[in-house]
Amino acid sequence: MMEKYLPYILIAPSLAYLLFFIGYPLAQGLYLAFTENGAFSLENIEYLLNSPFSKFWEALTDTFLLVLVIIPIQVAIALGLAMLFNMKFWGRNTALYLVILPLTISDVAAGLIWYSMLSTNGFFNKLLMNIGLIKEPIYFFGYEYRPMEFLAIVLTEVWRATAIVFVILFAGLQMISQDHIEAAEVFGANVWQRLRYIVFPMLKPSLQAALIIRTLFAFQIFGVVWVLAGRDIPVLAGEAYYEQVQLRHTGVAAIYALIIAAISVTIGYIYIKLFRAQYLEEGG
Amino acid sequence: MEESSIVKYYLRKIIIAGLVILAVLWVITPFVISILYAFASKTDYYSPNILIPLHYTLEHIQKLLDLGATRAIINSVIVAVITIIISFALGLPAGYAFAKFVFRGKDTLKLLIIGLRMFPILVIAVPLVTLYIKLGLNDSLLGVALAHTAMALPFVIIISSSIFAGVPKELEEAAMIFGLDRKGAFFRITMPLALPGLTAAAIFTFIMSWNEVFIASVLTLTNRTLPAFILTSAMAAPDFIKFAAGFIMIFPAMVFVFIARKYLITMWGITLK
Repeated sequence: MMEKYLPYILIAPSLAYLLFFIGYPLAQGLYLAFTENGAFSLENIEYLLNSPFSKFWEALTDTFLLVLVIIPIQVAIALGLAMLFNMKFWGRNTALYLVILPLTISDVAAGLIWYSMLSTNGFFNKLLMNIGLIKEPIYFFGYEYRPMEFLAIVLTEVWRATAIVFVILFAGLQMISQDHIEAAEVFGANVWQRLRYIVFPMLKPSLQAALIIRTLFAFQIFGVVWVLAGRDIPVLAGEAYYEQVQLRHTGVAAIYALIIAAISVTIGYIYIKLFRAQYLEEGG
Repeated sequence: MEESSIVKYYLRKIIIAGLVILAVLWVITPFVISILYAFASKTDYYSPNILIPLHYTLEHIQKLLDLGATRAIINSVIVAVITIIISFALGLPAGYAFAKFVFRGKDTLKLLIIGLRMFPILVIAVPLVTLYIKLGLNDSLLGVALAHTAMALPFVIIISSSIFAGVPKELEEAAMIFGLDRKGAFFRITMPLALPGLTAAAIFTFIMSWNEVFIASVLTLTNRTLPAFILTSAMAAPDFIKFAAGFIMIFPAMVFVFIARKYLITMWGITLK
């Protein structure tokens, strides 16, 4: 009799913990966002949208812009890398280990690492000056160089987080049986046809998983931006941090948190709908 | 005909090798440079003609440690260890249940856990401040660890469930036939076999907590963890202090991952599905 309830008893503490630590902050966040001294108030929203101190609209556009630029690059590079590493060559395991090293790196550390590459006295500038390609250093940091700061953020994020996409796609590729590909080869399919009709369709679930994960995390971008650009390039999480830690505008910070949560849930929902619909159409 | 296919064969090899070297260099160069710069002497760093530093010093690391990084490192380790303890105490039973039992609502519950793993956990930080002030947990390491547990727990459940599922059911059943009860079978058969995988999972949990910056920065004021300390204090410091900070942050992660490298791909493959 006990056996029947055992799994529920084993799962209950975890579930209760998660529901509390996610449910309570969400409810509390709503309360913080829409009350002032215990009464309903739109003051925080008013500040968020209209105050000259608030960088909400910039943060919203810049976050979306970063996601739109970074994700396609990451997926393209990761796909290429996954196919490259799916071939057999000498030293593959070592190369694989090296390529996925950034998986372990925090966003803050990645920002600092790329700062050492791109700063005025950094490796990149010294290299180009010493081989005579440039006379003056290229400036990547500072408010007046914001497009370059944007570029630095994109480079850092591509360097740091492409590995996650790569690992998922690589694991997916490894699961595709070599028999399928060889059979297609026997029947005269060329490289492109093998990719188009065998590899890509079978890789689709991994690609979807990678896309969902990367997009959700990309909307939380914070550490890299804060290290490399501060508030020159405002992002949603960065503004939440700034409003909370520097200005003590807890209500405004709570709105940012709720917006990030809402975007994540929406993106997750859209992806699931989109992919479900495709599965149905293809009858699989 | 023969000759051209040989040429093709070697051409292919060369192209593959070239691409692999390019990929490895792209990833490795920033690591190497930032580590070299963390130990480079000031004059070498600021000299425009010295690309690879020639003189090295421990001065920058020492200065960073004196600025408060030592305390921050200790704080980070404490937070990570508490996070591992709580998330494993809660998560392993759940993982075991998902791996070894058939019960109603299993798929729904598992999907719920995976869904919660996708939740942008940093959004809990700001509202938690209010709760923590009431509970006296604000600016405390336990408070950060509790929030980090919320981040790590779904991961621990999913990964431990796949590790437990890898332990053959027959072994447990045999043990139970020979007179052990379920508890005995778990502790004497399943646990020892699952231990290497679980150790790797603990290492990953450690790194997850060690790297987390947003929640830690929002929830602490004086008891900073390392990333929170670096974000608030080291950013105004000179360049070489920043490089030292980068090095201190990546060093333990790289060591741990080297230890757990065997599990690296499988673990990420499983958890990110």
